This record gives sequence, C-alpha cells and structure tokens, in this order.
Amino acid sequence: MKKSQIIFIVVLLIALIGLPFLGSEYAIDWMTKTLIYGIFALSLELLVGTTGLVCFGQAAFFGIGAYAVVNISADLDVPDTVYLLPISILLAGLYALFVGALSLRTKGVYFIMVTLAFAQMAYYVIHDTPIGGGTDGIYLYNKPSLLGFSLNSSLAFYLFTLVCLFFVFALLGLITQSRFGRALSGIRINELRMRAVGYETYNYKLMAFVISGMIAGLAGYLFAVKDGFVNPELLSWHLSGAVLIMIILGGLGHLRGAFIGAFAFALLEEFFRSEVIFGSFAKYWHLGLGLSIILCVAFLPRGLFGIPFILQSTLLGTKSADNESQIEEIK
Amino acid sequence: MDFSTFLIQTLNSVQYGLLLFLVAAGLTLIFGIMGVINLAHGSFYMMGSYLAFGLSPMVAEAYGGGLISTFFIGVVIAIILGYLLEWMFYSYLYERDHLQQVLMTYGLILVIEEIRSILVGDDVHGVPIPDWLSASIKLNEVMTYPVYRLFISGVCILLALVMFLVLSKTKLGMMIRAGSVNREMIQSLGVNIKFLYRIVFAAGIAIAAFAGMVAAPVSSVYPGMGQGVLIICFVIVVIGGIGSIKGALIASLLIGFIDTFGKVLLPEVAGVLVYVFMAVILLWKPSGLFKAGS
Repeated sequence: MKKSQIIFIVVLLIALIGLPFLGSEYAIDWMTKTLIYGIFALSLELLVGTTGLVCFGQAAFFGIGAYAVVNISADLDVPDTVYLLPISILLAGLYALFVGALSLRTKGVYFIMVTLAFAQMAYYVIHDTPIGGGTDGIYLYNKPSLLGFSLNSSLAFYLFTLVCLFFVFALLGLITQSRFGRALSGIRINELRMRAVGYETYNYKLMAFVISGMIAGLAGYLFAVKDGFVNPELLSWHLSGAVLIMIILGGLGHLRGAFIGAFAFALLEEFFRSEVIFGSFAKYWHLGLGLSIILCVAFLPRGLFGIPFILQSTLLGTKSADNESQIEEIK
Repeated sequence: MDFSTFLIQTLNSVQYGLLLFLVAAGLTLIFGIMGVINLAHGSFYMMGSYLAFGLSPMVAEAYGGGLISTFFIGVVIAIILGYLLEWMFYSYLYERDHLQQVLMTYGLILVIEEIRSILVGDDVHGVPIPDWLSASIKLNEVMTYPVYRLFISGVCILLALVMFLVLSKTKLGMMIRAGSVNREMIQSLGVNIKFLYRIVFAAGIAIAAFAGMVAAPVSSVYPGMGQGVLIICFVIVVIGGIGSIKGALIASLLIGFIDTFGKVLLPEVAGVLVYVFMAVILLWKPSGLFKAGS
C-alpha cells in the first residue's frame, strides 16, 4: 500500500466514526445514504475502472437486493440480517451471473446497451407484476435486526453501514492487489494480449461481473432497510446512469475515486437543493448540478481524483511519480 | 383481432416506428461519424415539441400562419441551436473517452430539462391540430383513423427519402458515409472534417427536433418526454448497427411493430418485449444487423 492510500483511509475512518457525535439526525441519515451510494459506486468501479467493462444496468442488481429483503422479510416474524443479507447478495449475484454470461459475448457500446436491456427487463418485471407491488412499491414494516440487536436507530444503522463500506473497501482492495485483480487490469488494457498469454478472459470478466453485482445487491439491501420502502425506481436507468456519473466524476481507476465521486455527487445535490443558499431557485437544483458536471468534464478530465496532480503540476511545475505511472498505464 | 383493428394498429406501428427513425437516424450518424454518445439527443426531441407548443400561437398571431410555417421556424431555430451547441460543447468531446461524453451529455440533459422547467413550467400541454388535418377517415361503423397520424407517417417517409437521396446521391452524403466507416481516412483525403461534423450534428439535432414538433399534437407536451424516446432510440441504433441508416430504419419499424402490437396482444409483458428483442438480436449478431455506412 502506498502512503497516500493509508492516509486517506485513516482520515476517512476517523471522520466517519466521529461525525455522528457532531451531526443531527438528518445529517446521520444523509451520511448513511451517501455511504450506501459509496458502496454502490465501488461495486461499479470494479467493472468500469478495473476491468474496463462499462455496465449501464447496475441498478438492476441494486434493486434486486432491495426487493429481496422486503419480499422475504414480509413473511418472517423476526427477520435477521444474518441470513437476509446473504440471501439478497446471492439473488443479486445470480441475476448478475445470468446477465453477465450472456452480455459478455458482446463488446464496447453493444455491451453497454445489452446490460441496459437486461436492467430494463428486471425493471418491467418488478413494475408490471404483483411481486413488486407495481409502481407504488412496497413498505418494509419489519426491519431486520442484527443477531438480536435492533438496527432501528439511525446511529446504529449508520455504524452498520460504515462497517459494510469498510468491508467492501477492504475486499476490493485485496481483489485489485491480487493476481486475479491484476488479470482484470490486464484485460482492460489489452484483452487480446491477455488471451494470447493464456488467460480465459471470459471467465475472469464473468467473475468480476458477478462480484460487482453482489456488492451492488449489498448496497440495495442497505438502502431498502434504511428507507423501509422500495419502488421500481431503484431499478431504473436513471440510477444506473447516476452511479456511472459518480465514478466518472470521482476519477476512474481508483477505489478512492469511486467513493469521492459518490460523496461529491451527494454533496452537490444537497448544495444546489438547499433553500438557505438559493432560496426559491433551489427548486431548479438540476441546473446547478448539470452545469457543475459539464465544468468537471471541461476542466477535470481525470475526475476529482486528479485535482491534486493538477495542482502539483501547476504550482510546482513538476509531475508526480503517480501521475506519470498513470499516464503510462493509459498508454 | 378483426381486420380494421389490425389495420389501425399497423398504421400506428408504422407511424411510431417512422417517428423513432427520425430521432434514431441523427443519433446513429452522430455516433457513427463523430464517435460521440449523445445522451442529450432525446432532449432535442423534447425541445422540438416545446418549440411547437411555444411557436404555434405566436406564428398564428403574427401572420395567421399555420403548422407548416411553425415547423419551418422551429427547424431553423433547431439548426442554429445545434450549430452553436456543437461549437460550444460537443467539439471538445471528439478526442475524449466515451465515458467523458456520457458524463457531459448527461449534464446537458439536466441543464436543458431545468431550463425548460424555468421557461415553460412543468405542466402538460397540448398542441392543436390544424383544421385541414383534423378530420378522421372512417374505416367501418365504429372505427375511424385520424388524418393527422397519416400526415405524420407521410412527412416522415418524405424526410426519410430526402435523407436517403442526400446520403446516397450527393457528394456531402458520400463524405458522411465514408466518415462513418473510417474517420481518419477521409480526414487525410482532405475533407474538412470540422465542417462535416458541424453539419451532421446540426442536421441530426434539427431532425430530432422536427420529430418532436410533428409528434407534439398527438403525444402532447410534457416534462421528461425526451428520455423515454432516448432509451428506445439507443436500442434501435444498437439493433440496427451503429452508423447504419438502413439498419436504423429497419430496426425502428421492427420496434414500432413490436411495441404497438405487444401493447394490444400481450399487455402484461409489453414493456419487456422491446428489450428482450434487443437482447436476442445482440446475442445472435453481437454488433447489430447492419454494418456502418449502409
């Protein structure tokens, strides 16, 4: 691990654990939502940033994870996270296996569109059939506890989400450092060469796709339990688009980038929606969000993650080692 | 299903398919030639509808003009807008990664949608059908078919023919077709690529806006109307093969039929059908039905 990574993680951990003691109920709730988006963005980062597969249907796995917990816990007296969470993750993973096995036959833009198509299928199945409660969605009346401990208070649930986030962070960190993760990076940079070296790239990509779907399912589970409510919008292409925007905004190719992107997206949304700053104009918050996204593309081609390198090279006139290694990687 | 219902649904399918073709044609050309994924293309369709809504009372008041002059003014505005947007935003995207394009055009969707909200508000509006097109044709005792829908199909076919002639018979069309097959090659043959891009972009935007204008009287005008069209059009572009106008035409008509008849025959699964069809096509032919340039 590099020094910058360790510093980032330690600072993040301290800030996130300390935050609830300063913030109000609303702040905790907002932070929980943002952390869940962080997990969701991390799941996509494994596909887009590491493997180079742009999936435009990530919301399907998120939604399946969310719907699974609501549907199953409705029939239980004492729902518990210990078995509900694995079921959610497993179902999302199974759908990811199905989608991945078929869609990985295509490439590039066609892959983007096939994953979108499969997500839309899941959307319409939930939207049009009785299992999902139709357009209105369903409520989760009986919130799952964790080994008998209640997760009903927002602080408890925040801490649980935080643990999940760090687990995902650690897992993905291990994956990207491992032989398997190196192979995925190799596939992103030059798939043909990886095949020539003897890797069955299809299997590697499928594996990454399923892991990513499972993590998205985890995020969906957390989202459903947090809100106590699910509706078909959780599977819509808007959400798939938004999470893609988050990781591009943050900067591709780094786990931190995905997290920073999710955070920045949520912050921007909160900022432009705040009536304290914008008064009645806050109703049109999409305008500010859209303009800042456009500005980001224009001035930060490598995402928010690239800001320190830009500052470094303009202020000091030098190029950092990290910067150069990245440029090489892109080539 | 008796014959007249079948006839009505067939006409509806053709009309819907042709309308989608107008939007998808611009999308596939912009994608095929400039390599830009233009997520904001649906927003231009929406813009066209709102132009029809905003312009038609003004045009009627100014010199008593009707639908045709509204369309004409709307198309001119759309061309100017397309030209300006290409110059201001899109021209920076050609060298960029696909994901950057997705990000920026997503930002544009949000901006256009909010500007629309500020200017016109979020209500659903209607656009009146002019008197000379508001009649209906009687099919049997109970069923009739509105003339305006036939008018839409007719105009779309006319426009598709013009597009076909321009693309296959003129020098400009030749350059566009060549550009969609190999960009670098025509650049090195001395074609002014920047100019070509700007023309294709402005034309694509104008056609999408025109589709929105023609559709406005039947579909009414409402917020977010562009986004549903956008996703369907991406499906069409991908089924037809990126950069292929012929593919886009055939795929649009297929989607028009599947969607319209799906809603009549299998209403429970109508929403899924289009996507199932696309998945099947792509699994059978992983890069669409037709090659670029055809």
